Amino acid sequence: MTTNTIQFELVSPEQRLMDEPALMVVVPGEEGDIGVLAEHSPLVTTIRPGVVRMYKDDMANVTDQIFLAGGFADITPDRVTILAEEALALSQIDKSEVEAQLETLLNDRGLAATELEKARYDSRIEIARAKLEALEMAA
Amino acid sequence: MPSLRDLRDRISSVKSTKKITSAMKMVAASKLKKAQGQAEASQPYAQAMSQMMARVAANIQINPNSSKLLTGTGSVQTHLIIAVSADRGLCGGFNAYVLRKTRLLISQLERDGKDVKIICVGRKIRDALSRTHKANIIKGFTGIGGKTKINFSEAHDIAELVLDQFATGGFDVCTLVYNQFVSVLTQTPQAQQLIPFKLPEANQNEQDSEIGPKPLYSFEPSEEEILDDLLPRNLAIQIFRALLDSAAGEQAARMTAMDAATRNAGDRISDLTLQYNRARQAYITKELIEIISGAEAV
Repeated sequence: MTTNTIQFELVSPEQRLMDEPALMVVVPGEEGDIGVLAEHSPLVTTIRPGVVRMYKDDMANVTDQIFLAGGFADITPDRVTILAEEALALSQIDKSEVEAQLETLLNDRGLAATELEKARYDSRIEIARAKLEALEMAA
Repeated sequence: MPSLRDLRDRISSVKSTKKITSAMKMVAASKLKKAQGQAEASQPYAQAMSQMMARVAANIQINPNSSKLLTGTGSVQTHLIIAVSADRGLCGGFNAYVLRKTRLLISQLERDGKDVKIICVGRKIRDALSRTHKANIIKGFTGIGGKTKINFSEAHDIAELVLDQFATGGFDVCTLVYNQFVSVLTQTPQAQQLIPFKLPEANQNEQDSEIGPKPLYSFEPSEEEILDDLLPRNLAIQIFRALLDSAAGEQAARMTAMDAATRNAGDRISDLTLQYNRARQAYITKELIEIISGAEAV
């Protein structure tokens, strides 16, 4: 491994999805996107629903775009580990499906009785909205 | 003395039993392989999660304002037990072990005057416990894993129910009882406390072996907020791991049980065949003697 790459590891509870070197990884952090290059200072952050972008060989071309429904990133000088409960390649997301999903979620939220349920629906709605936003950005 | 015909029937019935058990053994073996693969695949996430917990824990002071999932509610009156068994039987003592462990825990708690609530995962334990502790069961999950594999969302659903109960003051302490997969031959029933959660100790060896001072981590947002976010997710992960362990253990136990059953059936067949041959010979001898003594009498 040359010194200017960083090992990018993406794991979901069910399996390790990715483990390869990259030049730069852009992580959708809770408080804004973080571009991670080699020798980044150690950082732990939560991730908001959004897209992680991987630049494998050069800074001009995005090689992978993966949508994360939230999670955590553990950044060390030579490694980025992302823990995501739900991760999907952006190209695999079906726009009309997400739109239908969002609609049912909004409906269900209206019927939710307790604050707890409402909060749960809110977070799902936020994820669906972020998906649509990500798709629009990519288009 | 059973007749020849009876013996023949018994032999053929044991033979077909043997066919079934050996088929079940092979099915269990292939399912075990799959379940083990899945358990292995979930390893990196669990490791990264506990590493992150340790990192955050090393930088945080637990105070009364910390998450209730960590500090507890301050009471230990109501206990929630999540008991994980299989949906099906024919797997040796697998379900009995976890049932016995659960019963032991319940009777201990009841003796101490605590209230007990139960979430059952798996049909076998739900059926067994609903005979004796019907009033304590708040929910039973069955059909986990379906025919193919266990999805994380299934563990997530259970975790959500637990967190809902916790948030509304349904219980104070949560314990998970499941069969831990030690090896193909051994599964040990485990009781693991989930709430309040015990933070993993920062790994001393790792820190010692690092050259120079321990790297200073920054946290975004604050350590406390990250921990508040981590804890509920960690709960789901712990449950997921238990489900995977239990699934692998079930198949391993079934494989071992069916292997023993196949062997027993084989022994039984050779015993019965011996008995059958003896009976047949005795019958022939008897007929011969009858013929000979008949001829002599003439």
